[in-house]
Amino acid sequence: MPVSVKTFATVPEAASALSSERGARYIGGGTLVMRALNEGDLSFSTIVRVQDRNLSAVRASGGRISIGAGVTLAQILRERDLNFLHAVARSIGGPAVRNMATVGGNLFAAAPFGDLAVALLALDATVSVQGGYGVRDMPVEEFLAGRDRAGGSVVTSVSFERPSAEAFRYRKIARVKPKGASVISLAVHLPSVGGRVSGARIAYGAMAPTAIRAKSAERALEGRMLDDAGIAAAVAVAAEGTSPPTDAIASTWYRREVAGVHLRRLLLGQEA
Amino acid sequence: MAKTALQFRHNDREVAVFVEGGDSLLVALRDGVGDHSPKFGCGQGGCGACTVLIDGEAHLACLTLAETVAGRSVQTADGLKTGPTLHPLQTAFMENFAAQCGYCTPGMLMAAKALLDHNPNPSRQEVIEGIAGNICRCTGYEPIINAILSVAARGGALRA
Repeated sequence: MPVSVKTFATVPEAASALSSERGARYIGGGTLVMRALNEGDLSFSTIVRVQDRNLSAVRASGGRISIGAGVTLAQILRERDLNFLHAVARSIGGPAVRNMATVGGNLFAAAPFGDLAVALLALDATVSVQGGYGVRDMPVEEFLAGRDRAGGSVVTSVSFERPSAEAFRYRKIARVKPKGASVISLAVHLPSVGGRVSGARIAYGAMAPTAIRAKSAERALEGRMLDDAGIAAAVAVAAEGTSPPTDAIASTWYRREVAGVHLRRLLLGQEA
Repeated sequence: MAKTALQFRHNDREVAVFVEGGDSLLVALRDGVGDHSPKFGCGQGGCGACTVLIDGEAHLACLTLAETVAGRSVQTADGLKTGPTLHPLQTAFMENFAAQCGYCTPGMLMAAKALLDHNPNPSRQEVIEGIAGNICRCTGYEPIINAILSVAARGGALRA
């Protein structure tokens, strides 16, 4: 069924159209919205799009990096400043999907997709959202928890502190190589003070409807060294608080069973 | 809903078609332009059968909102040949038996063209990565990988 397409020059105009019109949905790269249309999704009748180059900007100032919501995964791979995210971007889709799929859209991808959001959660990213009321910044964790109620607003960018080398790690487990949906994806940010973990953040993809943090494992690692004992403490509680789906890729049982195995390998720095 | 006029370059020729709101580029190409080379496979971004080049970059036509290509250049497998002469990739696909049922072939060709345009001499692994978004259920991929590598080795992508 045809929908109406409304194109705006600026994000605030789009946000006000989204908040004033029932059944309006924002389109970024199209990999979610066009897919929904192809599947006969009748939950929206209007597509709202924005043509604003600012949405495609990557800015680094001081230690902080800001990535526009319209930046594609392929663009991330071209940015030397974002080299720590290259493994994440490369793990998503094939080249054509990466030329289309955007940073903003990835925040809305349902499990088992949305691997970039896992990395952003580990990096404690801030999501900037333009609503009818103005711009609001919120932690990505809060954004993900409320994203299904995010109607009437547009994600404009994500920002985070550049992680120190070695502190950020990522691993995606897929059944098909080199491209496949996640059995589980894991991202960790492990700053250390005097060899001990301080402020650990561990995030999973495909272990709940959205990317989630493994808070029990984070607590278990806090103040510990990344040695066998420290890692074992985190691995023991790796699946706590998760509610993974059963889908075509893996079962709930399997995902919970292997979460600790993959967390252990990631913490040990083993190759995927 | 009203139909919208859409103009873009299709295989180096200006075309104008009418699209309905929400139509994909794939619909515009197949039903509007009459170019049936890009295929509808999964409609989800999982198979790559609809791969086309937009301004030289591989995109999935089924997930591209038609309006977004206004004024841009779209290349499909239908435009690979020059007159009666096949593109080196097409010849290589024939010589290497890289097509069986043929449904994935136009998408594979465009994914391969995008790869070779950016990286004229890819490694085997780079070829695998380059066609990672394209599913073939017949060949087991080896003939396709070999076909692409044979063009790379001949520098065929540079000529075309």
